Amino acid sequence: MTKSVAGELADLELPVERGCPFAPPAAYERLREQAPINKVRLVSGGEAWWVSRHEEARAVLADPRFSSDKRKDGFPLFTLDAATLQQLRSQPPLMLGMDRAEHSAARRPVIGEFTVKRLAALRPRIQDIVDHFIDDMLAADRRPVDLVQALSLPVPSLVICELLGVPYTDHDFFQSRTAMMVRRTSQEDRQRAFAELRVYIDGLITRKESEPGDDLLSRQIARQRQNGALDHAGLVSLAFLLLTAGHETTANMISLGVVGLLSHPEQLALVTADPGRTPMAVEELLRYFTIADGVTSRVATEDMEIGGVGIKAGEGVIVSMLSANWDPAAFKDSGELDVERGARHHLAFGFGPHQCLGQNLARMELQIVFDTLFRRIPALRLAAPIEDLPFKSDAVIYGVHELPVTW
Amino acid sequence: MMRIKADTGVCVGSGQCVLTQPAIFDQDDDGIVTLLTDRPDDETAAQARAAVALCPTRALSIVQE
Repeated sequence: MTKSVAGELADLELPVERGCPFAPPAAYERLREQAPINKVRLVSGGEAWWVSRHEEARAVLADPRFSSDKRKDGFPLFTLDAATLQQLRSQPPLMLGMDRAEHSAARRPVIGEFTVKRLAALRPRIQDIVDHFIDDMLAADRRPVDLVQALSLPVPSLVICELLGVPYTDHDFFQSRTAMMVRRTSQEDRQRAFAELRVYIDGLITRKESEPGDDLLSRQIARQRQNGALDHAGLVSLAFLLLTAGHETTANMISLGVVGLLSHPEQLALVTADPGRTPMAVEELLRYFTIADGVTSRVATEDMEIGGVGIKAGEGVIVSMLSANWDPAAFKDSGELDVERGARHHLAFGFGPHQCLGQNLARMELQIVFDTLFRRIPALRLAAPIEDLPFKSDAVIYGVHELPVTW
Repeated sequence: MMRIKADTGVCVGSGQCVLTQPAIFDQDDDGIVTLLTDRPDDETAAQARAAVALCPTRALSIVQE
């Protein structure tokens, strides 16, 4: 290939599947070494700016001149088919597709539910939930066990169900629809899953409007009524976002975290020797896997210069959090899993006003799961070679479909 | 001398500051940052700086006086 410099079109077409289960695609490193920002081609047609370094990634994500509104012309969508665009435009936007005042109005009423103090109060219940599913694993005389179905999915699903007031008995329904929505394949399946989930959540909100419970969604309904106007569609969007983002992402991080630790026994030994190291280990695993790479895309709303290139209004920008999180300028020996590195400045939860609302809930779930799992089942090991694991190379959210473990 | 400033207008309640240095930063019931003190001491200064750097909306800043 020809060597590109900042601002030139690079030899990369997105999205790229992760080849190695752990490392970013080789092209990421090549581009990051060339320039902080390059232009790339999209499989869906057209071009977009590709932000590959940590410093510029933070600058773009914190800059309000970039819009998160996927419906805007120029937004770099990986699927640009007419049906997907029509579906996007026919539904009220989710919080993560809003800008400035509209985004602030949607996010502010909810953040009180996710304060560090409120979440700390949930810790004993989350510990009970984790212990319950591990009890079931230990009680079953069948091995190997698929950790995805036994622990990774049920823990965050039950936690988010209890927080939102969603019946856990519906978990097969919302888990399967969410998994379908984040796969890149089969546009029709994806759209059907999205529509079915939306109908389900619409009904849930309607029920809560007449029979409120002691849960986050009922509190939002009461809060809106107090302020004078019930925004039914807005509540459906909120519940949709919290339910889907609240289980799929954490589930994938649980599975990958277990794979990461089991395949780096010296790192696992550091964590099991001192649970005080677990919070930093969680940060490092979040950095290392960066499962939601590419969801932080933007479109410029005015002409500007950033990272040495001129970006024009209406041009799409893809911030690669995975590339930024493996940037050696921000993380020395970034290819090494090092639970003691102090990786808090990773961008796995994004950066800027859209940074993950549930990040501290996710942190706590991951800490409790890793601590409890390796304490209660110290002989845990993979029941298949890593290279045989079905990694989610075709999904917007990286993970593993199945994770056979034994002990 | 180092003083911390918090712009509650741009805070999005990510809680990164509270996780990093709970002796300086707290959140009100609505999740917005509050300062328990705006004068870090020798013990809390380094972590206060780290919290400022981690804030995703740059709601926190350091003023040298």
